[in-house]
Amino acid sequence: MSFPWAKQYTPSHPFMKWMDEKLPVPRLIYNAVGSGYEVPRNLNYFWNFGFLAGLCLVLQIVTGIVMAMHYAANTGVAFDTIEMTVRDVNWGWLFRYAHANGASAFFVVIYIHIFRGFYYGSYKAPREMVWLLGVVIFLLMMATAFMGYVLPWGQMSFWGAKVITGLFSAIPLVGEPLQQWLLGGFAPDNAALNRFFSLHYLLPFVILGVVILHIWALHIPGSSNPTGVEVKSESDTVPFYPYYIAKDGWAIGVFAILFAAAVFFFPNALGHPDNYIPANPMSTPAHIVPEWYFWPFYAILRSFTQDFFFIPAKLMGVLAMFGAILVWFFLPWLDKSPVRSGSYRPMYKKFFWFGLIPAMAVLFYCGGAPAVEPYVMISQIAAFYYFAHFLIVLPVVSAIEKPLPLPYSITEAVLGKDEGAELAPAA
Amino acid sequence: MARILSILVGLFFTVALAWSFGKGAYTQITEPAAPTAEAKFHLVPKEVHFASDGAFGKFDRQQLQRGFQVYKEVCSACHSLKHVAFRDLAQLGYSEAEVKAIAAGFTVPGTDPNTGEANTRPGTPTDYFPSPFANDIAARAANNNAVPPDLSLITKARHEGPAYVYSLLTGYTEQPTALVKEFPDAKTPNGLHYNPYFANLNLAMPAPLTSEGQVSYGDGTKATVDQMAQDVSAFLIWTAEPKLEKRKQTGWTVLGFLLFATILGYMSYRNIWAGKKH
Repeated sequence: MSFPWAKQYTPSHPFMKWMDEKLPVPRLIYNAVGSGYEVPRNLNYFWNFGFLAGLCLVLQIVTGIVMAMHYAANTGVAFDTIEMTVRDVNWGWLFRYAHANGASAFFVVIYIHIFRGFYYGSYKAPREMVWLLGVVIFLLMMATAFMGYVLPWGQMSFWGAKVITGLFSAIPLVGEPLQQWLLGGFAPDNAALNRFFSLHYLLPFVILGVVILHIWALHIPGSSNPTGVEVKSESDTVPFYPYYIAKDGWAIGVFAILFAAAVFFFPNALGHPDNYIPANPMSTPAHIVPEWYFWPFYAILRSFTQDFFFIPAKLMGVLAMFGAILVWFFLPWLDKSPVRSGSYRPMYKKFFWFGLIPAMAVLFYCGGAPAVEPYVMISQIAAFYYFAHFLIVLPVVSAIEKPLPLPYSITEAVLGKDEGAELAPAA
Repeated sequence: MARILSILVGLFFTVALAWSFGKGAYTQITEPAAPTAEAKFHLVPKEVHFASDGAFGKFDRQQLQRGFQVYKEVCSACHSLKHVAFRDLAQLGYSEAEVKAIAAGFTVPGTDPNTGEANTRPGTPTDYFPSPFANDIAARAANNNAVPPDLSLITKARHEGPAYVYSLLTGYTEQPTALVKEFPDAKTPNGLHYNPYFANLNLAMPAPLTSEGQVSYGDGTKATVDQMAQDVSAFLIWTAEPKLEKRKQTGWTVLGFLLFATILGYMSYRNIWAGKKH
């Protein structure tokens, strides 16, 4: 669907007319990311991150396919094949570093994209399905990234795999058999490495599929915008091409500069040195830490240090870690405020900037720190707020908050009241 | 209803966290964690600079050759370098003939072409550096139950790798008397050696670089312990990242292009949006 004033695809060349009758792919592209898609004119730079996330996915798939050409999923040689790729394959070092740092870039972009959604209420009706699919993508990304980190079969690969699959053993009754079934053994070994490689190759394409659904679902109501006011008239929107192609284009430039700086000058800054030591099941690293993008959830996992009634601490931690993400699925129904944008929600805005953001920052920091005091106690406070924010603060705030007056339309918000009123249709 | 349910779930997690926090805080107060010798005496690596540091860094090939000599004459007795092939040494500035001669100086495992039995033969440029021990068990047996790690990636496999290697090599001292006095249990065990730059302060490797002139450099550089340690650290930066120079050079080209493309992108963005308030 689209707005009535959206431009229509009209092929002029005979071949394009012929094509349009047989397989209207050009029409699809025109309507999806071309002149046929009308977008609010007032998007700020936070709205560039969806496009960037798509770019990261493509980057990961392309570099990953090249890496897979030189990799062997066998515990005996996996580590060496990656070293061989880096040392002896033409530009192998570039593909390796681009793929490893590409995962980090993808998560940086996706975290900004998600928190954009939190602040501007992008998850609210009529875009609930966009949001739900987005959370599915995030979960798939985490699974893919986790399995990808296992593939080099370094120390952190092995011990990370052991700890994370060990979480399943916390599930009552079926936990231990489930863990063994997932690993294909009692500990991570060749069977696990092989299936992780298989799934690591499969899941990005599943992600790609869900991304297509995500964009499809988005195009039905159209993009949200910083005011949270829905599109009312033609003056509220601009066509995606050329306006947002140009804006995304230059945003890609900035992103690429930062990414290249990381890949070429700090390629190992975000990795753990222990993963340059081949996996050794007989030698446990001093601190087992996952990759940085898992740190907030790892901190939540480790925050539950005491049994809670009849629930063992480990199971509590696992429930909370998964719950911390699963709660996002319920967001459209937890936050019932009719106003979308945080800019017009004085109370919510405060809880966002002085509650959620600092709590998340603290969880990020503590998840990467060793599991000793004071880090555990600090992450307990942050995790306390994290759960309180989504499950208690949000439902209560949305009930009692008095939002600020909204602009009549996007045009009014951009041009000011007088000019905007002129352009707005007579009500 | 949904609101009540969500608040109940929220209370479940927050109360469990408060309980964990309370118990943790109580334990902290009643039984504070005892200080450890490691926490008190472990040192972060010394500050040291290499020619390859920084965004424009390049290898000092003279230094790499000296470092290689230290590896060959000292470290290689116990430490393997299995990801590096003799042919790679050409990157240090050795000629083809020199690489051949260096390779031939090493004995590598081979196969007798007539009987098919395992034997040994002189190395060729395509061979990788041979391991000094047949396997980990042999390595343990010869080294007080510790396996000397492979050094190919050592400067990437430790935090602040190059500085760590340099500090470890120059950091051996007598165990401080203050340490033994405060932590009698932490006295360096027999067969281990005290080094404050090692994570748990005691390691199996005895100080490998002990005296000036242990290696005689061909280029006339004075082989002090500090110099040898720096040289071999520089060499191990190269073994861990032989493409370091190419990476940094390519980086500048790529950044230059991207900057140009981004400026064009920005100008086209401004041009397209000109007159469109947003």
